[in-house]
Amino acid sequence: MKTAAVNKIVRSRRSLSRNDRFTLSAFVGIPTLLQIIFLWFPTLITVVLSFTYWNGVNVSDIKWAGLANYKNIFLGSPVFYDALKNNVVWLLWFTFIATPLGILLAYQFDRKIKGHQIYETIFYMPVVLSLAIIGIIWNFMLQPGGFVQGVMGRDIGNAVSIWGNYSINSYVIMAVASWRHIGYIMLLYLAGLKAFDSSLREASAIDGATEWQTFRKIIFPTMRPVNVIILVITIIDSLRAFDLVYIIYGTSTAWPLLNILAFQNFAGQGISMKGAAYSVIALVLCVVPILIYLRNVFKEDLQ
Amino acid sequence: MSVTIVQNKEYKNKQKVKDNFISAIIGFFAFVWIFPILWTLWTSLRPYNDIISYGVFSWPRHLNLDNYFQAFRVMGLTKYFLNTLYVMVPSVILILFLGSLIAFVVSRYSFRFNLTLLLFFTAGNMLPTIATYIPVFWLYIKIGDLFGNRSLLYNNYFGIILIHVAFQVGFATFVLSSYMKTVPKEISESAILDGCSVFRHYWNVLLPLLRPPLAALGVLMSCWIYNDFFWALILMSEDSKRPVTSALRQLQGQYITDFNLLAAGASIVAAPTIILFLVLRKQFVSGLTLGATKG
Repeated sequence: MKTAAVNKIVRSRRSLSRNDRFTLSAFVGIPTLLQIIFLWFPTLITVVLSFTYWNGVNVSDIKWAGLANYKNIFLGSPVFYDALKNNVVWLLWFTFIATPLGILLAYQFDRKIKGHQIYETIFYMPVVLSLAIIGIIWNFMLQPGGFVQGVMGRDIGNAVSIWGNYSINSYVIMAVASWRHIGYIMLLYLAGLKAFDSSLREASAIDGATEWQTFRKIIFPTMRPVNVIILVITIIDSLRAFDLVYIIYGTSTAWPLLNILAFQNFAGQGISMKGAAYSVIALVLCVVPILIYLRNVFKEDLQ
Repeated sequence: MSVTIVQNKEYKNKQKVKDNFISAIIGFFAFVWIFPILWTLWTSLRPYNDIISYGVFSWPRHLNLDNYFQAFRVMGLTKYFLNTLYVMVPSVILILFLGSLIAFVVSRYSFRFNLTLLLFFTAGNMLPTIATYIPVFWLYIKIGDLFGNRSLLYNNYFGIILIHVAFQVGFATFVLSSYMKTVPKEISESAILDGCSVFRHYWNVLLPLLRPPLAALGVLMSCWIYNDFFWALILMSEDSKRPVTSALRQLQGQYITDFNLLAAGASIVAAPTIILFLVLRKQFVSGLTLGATKG
């Protein structure tokens, strides 16, 4: 009975009516077209433009440049290496400090320690704020007449510049970025932990394992799929980093990142396709993590 | 036997002490975490002159909502909030609609390119925004010129909506199609057997089943689009047409010296997403996690 029904379905699928076929094509076609026109096509054009000279005014002025933009970046732009360094700092900080802290919090909240609900809410709150607001909030904290200056004993008259101080601004930017990132990772990991079999944890507690041992030897290894995805998300986010630094410094290169340099060359004074080359470099660095992400997420389908 | 129980009890007590300690430490950090937000609220309740004359840590001589009224009046926030609605509502509806179409086809009809399509949409969501900026800008101007109206897309809500949809529809597709895997196929099979047309199959059978993930995604997308300031900043040339977050970014420069007023503005703009999050936390969490950790 069942097989007969299934066969019938398979047949009916093959013999879709013309109307149905049209509906299906529209269902797939419209969103796909939109994605191609406004996402993939522009990305591809940027890749092409990175091999040209163009001031962004007339299309007829575009001239082939070969690898000149890249050569200029790699050999003639020390700021590129500063940006690369900052992207790597961001990546390392997020991977080894912010993300593990988020995981640690998730683990503690999953154990339902006292006050976990209100803590979860608090740690996640920065994630729902717009970066435009985050920029303003942290300005209140750090600017002359702000809280941090007050704690340092400096009133408006003799305030120090925190964003402009090159020995500490990296730390401050990392702190503000983590303010947002930790809550995000906490929430993702917490959801993963909810699916974790709690009897395993109880068993190890009865065996006399400490909480740390239980986490390190049992929970963390079992959570491997989630760990990989969170690591990849962290890497992609670090390579794409832009908004927060843009909010603080605009298009100046006080604390350059690859995407900041790209945008500076696009939107600053004198448009140059060096910007396209910068964004292609950032894009290329993202490709491998994106592929790893896709492979992990669609593991079952790919087999 | 009894020895184990005693040991276990002792262990539990020790753990309890430790847990309280951990809770206290995390509590301290939670306070540090929320402090910048509280400080902004506190600042917004005080007049500018108070801080100038008595210092940041002075005892407040006046606490009132003047800055809030002022923010609405001087900054024109009402207008910007309306602009946000013009962008947000159509964007979210379109994203959910188009995302559900793809998810429906991919999970209910077996074509050869199903997986390719899904990979294509998911990857699209992860492309760096900046890489599309110059071509999108040009495309908008050129399409406008083609139809004889330069601001058909550029400097138009329609253009901002379109770019949000293009960027976010991949995420919606991904979330909805992974949810679809948990919906039994039998429902669709009987619909097909009954001779349902493709459109009715989608509209009357599947869409109602997708209500929970659509709600979760709707909340999440509203928050993301509400918060985005970047596209509106570069694709809107008129200040008065900008959504509230990008307007706030502009106002920051204008009112930089009166930071109590700015604090009130920031608090007003932050309020919708924070309230949304506090009220619909479950939707937030399930939307995010369905998208990030499940396949």
